[in-house]
Amino acid sequence: MNIVVCIKQILDPELPARDFRIDAVRKEAERGSANLVPNIFCENALETALQFREAHGGKITALTCGPEAAEEVLRKALALKADEAALVVSDVPGVPDPMFVARALAAAIRKLGPVDLVLTGREAGDWGAGQTGGLLAEELAVPSISFVENVEPASAGALNVKRQTDSGWEAFEATLPLVATITNHEKNVPRIPKTRDVMQSFRKPITKWTLAELDLDPSQANSYYEVAELSIPRKETQCEFVAGETLEDKVAGFASRVTEIMRSL
Amino acid sequence: MADVVCCLFAAAGFDRAAVGILGAGRRLADSSGGKLVALVLGPANEAVASGASAVADRVLVADQAALAEYEPETYLSALVALAKPISPAAVLLGSDSYSQELTPRLAHRLGGSAAGDAVAIANDAGTLRVTRGVYGGKAVAVLALKRAPAVVWMRARAMDPADAAGRSAGSVEKAALADLPASRVKLLNRHVEAKSGVRLEDARLIVSGGRGLGGPEPFKQLQELADAMGAQMAASRAACDAGWVPPSWQVGQTGKKVAPELYMAIAISGASQHIMGIADSKVICAINRDPDAPIFKHCRFGLVEDYQKVIGPLRQAISQSR
Repeated sequence: MNIVVCIKQILDPELPARDFRIDAVRKEAERGSANLVPNIFCENALETALQFREAHGGKITALTCGPEAAEEVLRKALALKADEAALVVSDVPGVPDPMFVARALAAAIRKLGPVDLVLTGREAGDWGAGQTGGLLAEELAVPSISFVENVEPASAGALNVKRQTDSGWEAFEATLPLVATITNHEKNVPRIPKTRDVMQSFRKPITKWTLAELDLDPSQANSYYEVAELSIPRKETQCEFVAGETLEDKVAGFASRVTEIMRSL
Repeated sequence: MADVVCCLFAAAGFDRAAVGILGAGRRLADSSGGKLVALVLGPANEAVASGASAVADRVLVADQAALAEYEPETYLSALVALAKPISPAAVLLGSDSYSQELTPRLAHRLGGSAAGDAVAIANDAGTLRVTRGVYGGKAVAVLALKRAPAVVWMRARAMDPADAAGRSAGSVEKAALADLPASRVKLLNRHVEAKSGVRLEDARLIVSGGRGLGGPEPFKQLQELADAMGAQMAASRAACDAGWVPPSWQVGQTGKKVAPELYMAIAISGASQHIMGIADSKVICAINRDPDAPIFKHCRFGLVEDYQKVIGPLRQAISQSR
């Protein structure tokens, strides 16, 4: 079982709103002093792959598309014992659209040789487009299933896939190769690498391809969509804190506001 | 070539989302002088077909056996087969997980561009512009979709209904799709959680709990409060990740987008990612012992207290006043 896990490097989503700034020229967030981190859903995807390998064997390749600095997320994947890592070095200005990224990842995956399962995060914590997995499946001409929380072997050449829906879950049997976008679940919380493994990850090789080596034209980085405007909404509501001498008074005040709305329905 | 297609799933019924998609689709079609075509997939549902025909110029119903149950490969093939001959300028879908799953792949197969979680769409001289929250709700972007059709899933429940006054009903045609390719994905089992009352997305009152509850037990107290109010239960991502409540309760950027009359956030700090899922609520209120919790910035009213001290008395007070 050859598994590729696609990992995106993003601006730390935990950055407080008060520190969040926009680069008006590049139409993206200003880096500022914020950390760059692996997208959490991509970490859930890697964790899913690691657990699958522990139980059933297989080989895991971590793959990303981004600037040279994105190597950091691959080092982290290697520290968590991904077998191999590959980086598509993309230095396009601004934010490449999800089609460009999907094409870059697809080109890299074709270079990696036969792949059975490709995992992506369900969406990224920065732009949140939620498109890379689906577009990647189309580029590779394979089926895809979104919001997956677990994969298990089924009959030969197939997987049992459990995914979340709006009202519960669904189980599918999917023939391989398959693209699955992974969502967060209590069982795929990312593990923490051991210090020794972090040290060792810096000695492991990372395969790098330029866009040109994958026949990708950087001028196409926004031929699918482009960011026309980016702004910070300034919408704050004035909160009326319910006051009172005693706890009973406060509860009564809060309750009356609630029941007022309930009666208006 | 300015026609607009709305994709509806019959199994969901003619719900607020269907009304919202059709409303957005109608306005977009009218703004560009095109027709509105509604595609209805799934088991025959008269309410959806007739509801759609009141707004659309044309309704195509695909209810053949192969589409009885949702499965992504077959539904995708069916949507492509139905939408392609129309050569639409835009294809609109709702915010349900099936629509989210299909949107980018449908765009790819139709040679178009996709975007999701749209709170607004606008026709800018033939280019569709989509407004959506990004960076976990810290910013708002307008994306210009450069290829046609623009395939967009929207916050359909927050979209105004169409103004159907004076319209004659559109035609309803049955579309028999031959040659749907054999799917490489087979549905084995579908589990629908037993939950009383309306869907969370359609709820008018929601009581929601977060990380500050500290475990699954306090959710029982919240449930009693919700029952007394006739409210639905929800949770923040932290509470779902911890396994305290099922993932289907999750509200936020990566959970459900809700739009109740009242959203009561209990022991939820209010990260921007959570706010993304509740921003369409009419009134947000919160109970939190931290007066500086970001949630209060979005509240009409709030109570700074330890939830453990107030949930019981609050339930009693609300029960008595009913």
